Amino acid sequence: MSLNRTRNFKFDWITIVLFLLLLGFGWLNIISASSSGEITSYFDMSQPYGKQLVFILFTFVLIILVLSIEAKFYERFASVIYLVSMLSLIGLFLFGKTVNGATSWYAIGGFTLQPSEFAKFATALAVAKYISDLQTNIKTLKDQLKTALIIFVPAFLILLQNDAGSTIVYAAFFFVFYREGIPQIYLLLLLSIILLSVSALKFSILITSIIVTVLIFVYHFFIKKKKGTILQPIFITLACIVFSFGVHFFYSNILQPHQQDRISLWLRLEKDPVKLEQMKRTILYNLNESEKAISSGGVTGKGFMEGTRTIGKFVPEQHTDYIFSTVGEEWGFLGSSFVVILFVLLLIRILHLAELQKSQFSRIYGYSVASILFLHFMINIGMVMGLIPTIGIPLPFFSYGGSGLWGFTLLLFVFVKLDSNRINEW
Amino acid sequence: MRKLLLFSIIVLVGITFIARLFYLQVYTGKAYNIYEDNAIRKVFYYPKRGYVYDRNRELLVANQPSYDVMIIPREVEPLDTLEFCSLLKISKDDFKKKFSRANNYSPRLPSPFVPQLSKKDYAVLQEKMWKYKGFYIQKRSLRDYQTTIGANVLGFIAEANQGEIEADGFYQMGDLIGKQGIEKSYEKELRGVKGVKFIQKNRFNRDIGPFDDGKQDTIPTPGKDIIVSIDAKLQAYGEMLMQNKVGGIVAIEPSSGEILSLVSAPSYNPNLMVGRERSDNYIKLRNDSIHLPLIDKGLLRMHEPGSPFKALVALTALQEGVIDENFSVRCSGAYNYGGRRPMGCHCGTGTRNIFNGISESCNSYFATLYRRTIDKYDDASHAMDVWSSHIKSFGLGDYLGYDLTIGKKGNIPDGTYYDKMYPDFRWRATTNISNSIGQGEVLVTPIQLANMMAAIANRGHYYTPHIIKSIEGQPIDSTYTTEHHTSIDKQHFEPVIQGLFDVYNKPGGTAYFLQVPDIEICGKTGTAENFTVIDGVKTQLTDHSIFVAFAPKDNPKIAIAVLVENGYFGARFAGRIASLMIEKYIKGDITRTDLEKWVMDYTLEHEYEKPTSGKPFRINANSGLMTVEQYARLKKIENEQTQTDIE
Repeated sequence: MSLNRTRNFKFDWITIVLFLLLLGFGWLNIISASSSGEITSYFDMSQPYGKQLVFILFTFVLIILVLSIEAKFYERFASVIYLVSMLSLIGLFLFGKTVNGATSWYAIGGFTLQPSEFAKFATALAVAKYISDLQTNIKTLKDQLKTALIIFVPAFLILLQNDAGSTIVYAAFFFVFYREGIPQIYLLLLLSIILLSVSALKFSILITSIIVTVLIFVYHFFIKKKKGTILQPIFITLACIVFSFGVHFFYSNILQPHQQDRISLWLRLEKDPVKLEQMKRTILYNLNESEKAISSGGVTGKGFMEGTRTIGKFVPEQHTDYIFSTVGEEWGFLGSSFVVILFVLLLIRILHLAELQKSQFSRIYGYSVASILFLHFMINIGMVMGLIPTIGIPLPFFSYGGSGLWGFTLLLFVFVKLDSNRINEW
Repeated sequence: MRKLLLFSIIVLVGITFIARLFYLQVYTGKAYNIYEDNAIRKVFYYPKRGYVYDRNRELLVANQPSYDVMIIPREVEPLDTLEFCSLLKISKDDFKKKFSRANNYSPRLPSPFVPQLSKKDYAVLQEKMWKYKGFYIQKRSLRDYQTTIGANVLGFIAEANQGEIEADGFYQMGDLIGKQGIEKSYEKELRGVKGVKFIQKNRFNRDIGPFDDGKQDTIPTPGKDIIVSIDAKLQAYGEMLMQNKVGGIVAIEPSSGEILSLVSAPSYNPNLMVGRERSDNYIKLRNDSIHLPLIDKGLLRMHEPGSPFKALVALTALQEGVIDENFSVRCSGAYNYGGRRPMGCHCGTGTRNIFNGISESCNSYFATLYRRTIDKYDDASHAMDVWSSHIKSFGLGDYLGYDLTIGKKGNIPDGTYYDKMYPDFRWRATTNISNSIGQGEVLVTPIQLANMMAAIANRGHYYTPHIIKSIEGQPIDSTYTTEHHTSIDKQHFEPVIQGLFDVYNKPGGTAYFLQVPDIEICGKTGTAENFTVIDGVKTQLTDHSIFVAFAPKDNPKIAIAVLVENGYFGARFAGRIASLMIEKYIKGDITRTDLEKWVMDYTLEHEYEKPTSGKPFRINANSGLMTVEQYARLKKIENEQTQTDIE
């Protein structure tokens, strides 16, 4: 590989600029959220912002490393990377350190490493590798099950480590499969499951059953042109009703109490004002404070390092999962919208590049990157603003934490590398 | 199509997020207000409230420190209530009540728990205050009155109510605000600016240091001292003369419109409106339905002006050219205008011109003038409008615009007024002939009468009466230094003023016996009929005694209106008091001690008791005078009688 002047320009600079903007702005907000108003040195290693700066420096080392490795390496070694990653997850059961109830950390010296942050990257590689294999036909049930298995292994391991939030992220691969041609019925099924679950919890099983029955029979008798046997709608209806019961069972018997509370608050199931008030002070405390911090920012925000609720540390976990509330308070509507727009642009850019790929592997991988980043973006910001139930996952490139930052960087820059290579893929 | 699913969802989520941000930060988010931010503790330092001086720089109102125990209910931790209650001298029930009241107002915001501790209680409490989390002591300044007079003018301060707090962001629960008098009118000047220290709190509600390095902290700015136009000596003298009477005195300096004294009788000691007993005292005063000490009689009592109004009727007639100075009328003791009954006259018959018409208060003369004025135009309604606008140019019939916040408009009828009153009837001058002698539909307040006299004294202009003389370092409102011109030409004033002069100085003048040596006083007596309703029956009471005057005749220094309720004819009480006030102001000493003794000797308390006594009573000439001594003796006997009745 000879150095020539045009080589640098093969990387997609738009993606890189968007990444740098998010990284830089993220660090500014970590300074605010973790400094309590005074800064002695930006490299103060006793403070999160000092550590994060070191993480960021290492990130650049990582980027250079990722970009200098031959693009083909990632496709060739996808399975190995996946295996190593799964082993690192299994290893947690033996050597893992428990933080906040989740056994997801290796403690190495003074630092901790969270392998689940890298597992997303490994899984994305494995999925891309498997689907792009000439032997694989995603339209067949057998291969669908095999692909599903690639996802379920890490998802299940992470769930066992009591990190339900990170498990949910694996749902992102649905977008990848759908793009790659799994039957439409899966989308229908997914939508039905979401709607049925929400309806069963919110409006009771009886009402849900009645609505479902009416809808299915109206469809069968009045809309469907080729009428089959009457058994089909009856069977579907029964399945829906059974599913509704299943949702209730899952909600009451399998979910942990704090998870139940989060869902109950989100769906406004709790009507007792006394209990609601109590919940607001306990479970909803974070959300309440985070919404207040965001609202208090107004149009232009209170200014960098001027957020009174940030300085007073009113929002717990503000430099990690709730970092967006700092943006809201200090940078206001303009700054927060700017961050949202940056993310949307980055995601669209990745999607656009993925579609341009000539290699199926690169396309699927790119699509996976976009899907994973999107799910983090949606869940994190949605949660901080009270639009979805509390699910603790970080905001990519923004939240404090080395593992997360490196995991996302790896995820993104491997794609930047793959994309830079597409000119050679004839 | 499959390519579009994720793309659409990304865009949709992006839009949803921005919409949510808009809702949180722009739509529901108010502009950031540090005072509403519960992450910042605000510690207030109250400034000195401006002092109040009289026109001769005599200190009337100063300050004294006061200590409120404040509460922030959310921050209260379990405490030894028994000890705390005994320190505060409240019962445990009081404690619970006060706590829930504060909590209902706001668990987050401070509100007064026990206001206005005595210095002694404060000293004891302060040492133990650290034990009671969620309570703190707020130092404020209360008023310290250096005088016992002028309560109606000085007004008072008290805790701002909810409405006042909402209307002006300056105030918080427990802050004091001017409620009446100059305290209310000049609240903004007097209050100064609170100093504030911002302290950053953390989520455990602990202070973690100054907010923004204390850059936004402020020190208190003291309120401005003000000088009021009141002459404390004159005011005190007026209040003394008005003892045992109900009524008001308004004295104005014609050359400036400054109110020299504004007496409302009976008055009360302004110190009653300070401290923890304030509200009890206030209720007691409010419940005195006979004397109504909280009603400022000089500003709020509206009545027929009676004869003083004749001066304006004469001026209007001269201005409209319906008479000249030489015009005269023959009075036969009554004025017959074709009504059911002729209008009586007490002038004692004879030829009346403008001078003795005024000085002897001849009804026939003024009825003639009024009739000529209204009959000048074919259209009575139009004529009435012209007449009305002349009268109103003296500041009657509408709020005067002085700098005290209470007042009445009075009433000066115009054409429309009578057109509405008599929709089916062609009314004429004779329909409302009683306007000519200051009765009928004309209503005025004492301060309007005093201002009318100031306008006459100035020969045609007046300044809006005002209580402010100067505010430390800033000019007073220019509306008080602007001349208002009446619609009467200057030359018409001289004959009328001569008539008013004759009231004092010509034998037969209604105030001839009230002359004060070396002072040329122009004045006019007035007697206003006085009705009340007893058990649903309109009943006449003894007339109100009214007197207006100004002095000296040239370069006048004081214009005055006196109202003594149920005082009978104008010269009896009001005239004597007016003469004494003028002498006091101009000379500083009283030579007419006979008048002073007379005024001080007699009481009208028995007159005020009549309507509620339940017994039949007599009025006016048939009702005798009573000295203070006689009245006290009468009361003593009555009390003994009631005692025997009980036994």
